[in-house]
Amino acid sequence: MTTTTTTGDSVKAPVADAGRGASALRAQRRRKFGITLLGWGVALTIFFPIFWMIVTGFKTEAEAIADPSLIFTPTLESYVEVQERADYLKFAWNSVVVSFGSTLLALLIAVPSAYAMAFLPTKRTKGTLLWMLSTKMLPSVGVLVPIYLLFRDFGLLDTRIGLTIVYTLMNLPIVVWMLYTFFKDLPREILEAGRMDGASTFQEVWYLLLPLTLPGIASTGLLSVILSWNEAFWSLNLTTSQAAPLTAYIASFSSPEGLFWAKLSAASTMAIAPILIFGWLTQKQMVRGLTFGAVK
Amino acid sequence: MNKNRTSGRTVGGLRTLSLQAPAVTLLLLWMIVPLAMTVWFSFQRYNLLMPSMTGFAGFENYEYLLTDPALWSAMGTTLLLVGWVLAITVVGGTLLAVLFQQDFMGRGVARVLAISPFFVMPTVSALVWKNMMMHPANGVFAWLAESLGLPAVDWFSSLPLTSIIIIVSWQWLPFALLILLTAMQSLDDDQVEAARMDGAGPVAIFFYITLPHLKRAISVVVMIEMIFLLTIFAEIFVTTSGGPGLATTNLAYLIYIRALLDFDVGTASAGGVIAIILANIVAIFLVRMVAKNLEQ
Repeated sequence: MTTTTTTGDSVKAPVADAGRGASALRAQRRRKFGITLLGWGVALTIFFPIFWMIVTGFKTEAEAIADPSLIFTPTLESYVEVQERADYLKFAWNSVVVSFGSTLLALLIAVPSAYAMAFLPTKRTKGTLLWMLSTKMLPSVGVLVPIYLLFRDFGLLDTRIGLTIVYTLMNLPIVVWMLYTFFKDLPREILEAGRMDGASTFQEVWYLLLPLTLPGIASTGLLSVILSWNEAFWSLNLTTSQAAPLTAYIASFSSPEGLFWAKLSAASTMAIAPILIFGWLTQKQMVRGLTFGAVK
Repeated sequence: MNKNRTSGRTVGGLRTLSLQAPAVTLLLLWMIVPLAMTVWFSFQRYNLLMPSMTGFAGFENYEYLLTDPALWSAMGTTLLLVGWVLAITVVGGTLLAVLFQQDFMGRGVARVLAISPFFVMPTVSALVWKNMMMHPANGVFAWLAESLGLPAVDWFSSLPLTSIIIIVSWQWLPFALLILLTAMQSLDDDQVEAARMDGAGPVAIFFYITLPHLKRAISVVVMIEMIFLLTIFAEIFVTTSGGPGLATTNLAYLIYIRALLDFDVGTASAGGVIAIILANIVAIFLVRMVAKNLEQ
């Protein structure tokens, strides 16, 4: 038994006899069991509102406001009704167009910029990076008035194009930063070898850089999609019905007459499901983007 | 590499410039134009409901705003909201990071569940909490209180700000956890093991090794959260609309009321300038820290 105790314990008690070793092992097992219990308890508590929302989506409206219960016959009624009554798919499509559109645009603009900073740095590179970061610090509410008036004057209010532009610019600094950290991790020699073979900058980026950093680019794109999908300041203020994405559509459930919990839950579950999965996939890499490389 | 540097610099500099031009130009426009407009409007008499009233206002808007009790109430609310959420998420996030760093059964899944709320769009979180959790008659909390023989709390009428703080903390606790868990992974296991051999208990290890190691990550979390929490909007918009009275009107919501409900562009812009100044005080520290990190 003593041979299986951890080194820490055996050093602490070098003269421990077989009985004490066994009890230490038992204590360790108990401790691990306790931590497992605590860890799962905390995780499930935090997750509970999401779980409850998913469950409620499969109830009838009457069951949804009855005393909490897990015993009921699941129904897809609310899912069907959400689509029939409110044209859920229209809002979902707006979300898809705006978040993927803005992400593609941001990547398109950011890749050359991040490439230049990572592989052709000048004296100003560091300053440029920090300046880009600082544009992210401008609180959106501080520029609500001018953006709203500009959008009104250019006919961009309640248009998908307008929202796409805002999200592209909103996420551009994060996308540049994140790409920059991924590009910098790539050994320079690989690109230099390509250059020696006569590759143009475009070929270098297209055939070497992008394929080699694809996982990084993918997680950058996913983070940008997540942030755009969940953005709720500009979507609430700049759209009303035509271009409203899911964040704004869900907000319409806040009025008292829209108090249908099963439908709210069904609509919400559909709205967060894809993003939840994206988030789970990319949680580790997104820390770089969220902290501007300050925590890796 | 170093030999080529001098000859490559000017050519590289030009290429860098052209590759960066799109990103830099767009961000510059995105920052300068609305910022200049906000500042300009804040010195103008400009109300969309009174088109005849125009002209230079000097500091009138600021005077009006700074003597308005609503502003100070909103500042107080903003401080309380930011302060409490920061305290809850940073302390909670640190403790949870320690917990989820322990080895236990199904840790990976438990982590993913605990991080999930961060990926839920703000309008969904706010409405799920408001209706299904905190509803005074049919919510889960009311049911729990009833089962324990306690009176149910009418969260949003008796404790409006507390309710908002709970919802926002639930959203941002996973963010702190995610960042701190990542930072935790670079903690030197040998160091912890050595301390344990020297007889340090878990509490001593936490305060003398873990916490100092997490110091930088914690300050990153604090600053990033501050910038976002300063302008919390959607959660208030869909739950309390700033009420009852002004109880949950923070600076962001006050600017929204002045701009898009009262159409008072001048005063709203003055409020925007104040928000920008506040955010920048935080931003300076964050940018400095990231800059230091870039040099390493």
